Amino acid sequence: MRRARVGLLVAALVAAVLSSAAAQPKPVSEDTVHEVAARLRCVVCQNLSVADSPSEMAGQMRAIIRERLAAGESPDEVQRYFVQRYGEWILLSPPRRGFNLLVWLLPLVFVIAGLVVVAVLVRQWTRRPRGAAEPVAVDAAMSERIRREVERGS
Amino acid sequence: MKRLWRWLIPLAALPVLVLLAYGFRMSPRDIPSPLLQKPAPAFGLTALDGAPLALASHRGKVVVLNFWASWCYPGCYEEAPVLEKNWRAYRERGVVVLGVAIQDKREAIEKFVKDFGLTFPNAQDVTGTVSVDYGVYGVPETFFLDRQGRIRVKHVSAVTDTVFRDTVERLLAETETR
Repeated sequence: MRRARVGLLVAALVAAVLSSAAAQPKPVSEDTVHEVAARLRCVVCQNLSVADSPSEMAGQMRAIIRERLAAGESPDEVQRYFVQRYGEWILLSPPRRGFNLLVWLLPLVFVIAGLVVVAVLVRQWTRRPRGAAEPVAVDAAMSERIRREVERGS
Repeated sequence: MKRLWRWLIPLAALPVLVLLAYGFRMSPRDIPSPLLQKPAPAFGLTALDGAPLALASHRGKVVVLNFWASWCYPGCYEEAPVLEKNWRAYRERGVVVLGVAIQDKREAIEKFVKDFGLTFPNAQDVTGTVSVDYGVYGVPETFFLDRQGRIRVKHVSAVTDTVFRDTVERLLAETETR
C-alpha cells in the first residue's frame, strides 16, 4: 500500500515536471526572429523587410514571429504561416521555381548576352580592315638603308 | 550579318517590353488573397463595449468583416456610413457586420465609432494577430464570409453600397447546403 502511494507520488511528480516542461515557452534568440523577419516583406511599407521597418505593423509581425518560435515552430514553419496568409508576395526573395525562375535566370542571361555582344564587337574592331595595304617587304638592302638614315638623323 | 544585327537589337528588347507592360498594368493593390474559398481564421476579441466578439458565435450568418483605422482617411470615413446603413438594412436577414480596428489608439477608435454612430460590434486588434491571420496589409479591407464561414470575397478599399449589396445578396441567395 505504502509502495503504491510512493509510486503514485513519483508518477505525479514526473507528470508535473513533464507538463511544465511542455508548457514552458522555448527561449527564442533575437537572431532567429531577425532572420525570419528579414525574409518577410513589411506589408505597409515600400521595399522594407519586417526586420528593418519601424512601423507598428512590422513590430506586431515581429512579435508574432517571436511568439510562434517560442511555441516551438521552426523558422520555416513561421515563414509558411505568413505565406499561407499573404501568399508568396510576402517573401522578399521569390522562391526559385516556376515563373519566378525568370527573375533569377534573366539577369544571368542578360550578362552572358552582353558578354557575347562585347566579344563580337571587339573582334570586329580589332580585325584588320579588308583591302588595307599589305606591309612592304623589308629586305637586307632596305634595312641597311633605314639604319643609315636613322643614324644620320640622330 | 549587318542586316541581322539591325533586327536583333529591337527583337531582344521586345520580351523586356512585354514583361514591363505586363508588370506596369497590374495594380500593386490587387494582391490575390490565398485565403479565398478557405475557412475564415477564428478569432476572439473584446468589443469596445466589453462584450466578447468571436467569429464562431456568428456561424450560419453571412459575415462582413471590416478592418479599419481612425487614421485611414478618406477610405474608412467613406465606408463607415455605408456599413452602418447596410448593417441596419440586412441584420434581420442573417447578416452581421463586424469591425476590427487595427494599428490604432483606443480613444481614437472610440471617437470614430461615436462620430459615425456605429452600432455593429467593433473591437480593437491590439496585437495585430487577427489582421495578420487574415493577411491584411492595409485599411480598409473587407472580407465577406458565407454561411459556412468561408472567405468568399476580399474587398480592398472603401466598401460602396453596390459592393455591399451585390456581394451580400449573392451570398444570401446561396442555399445552406452549398
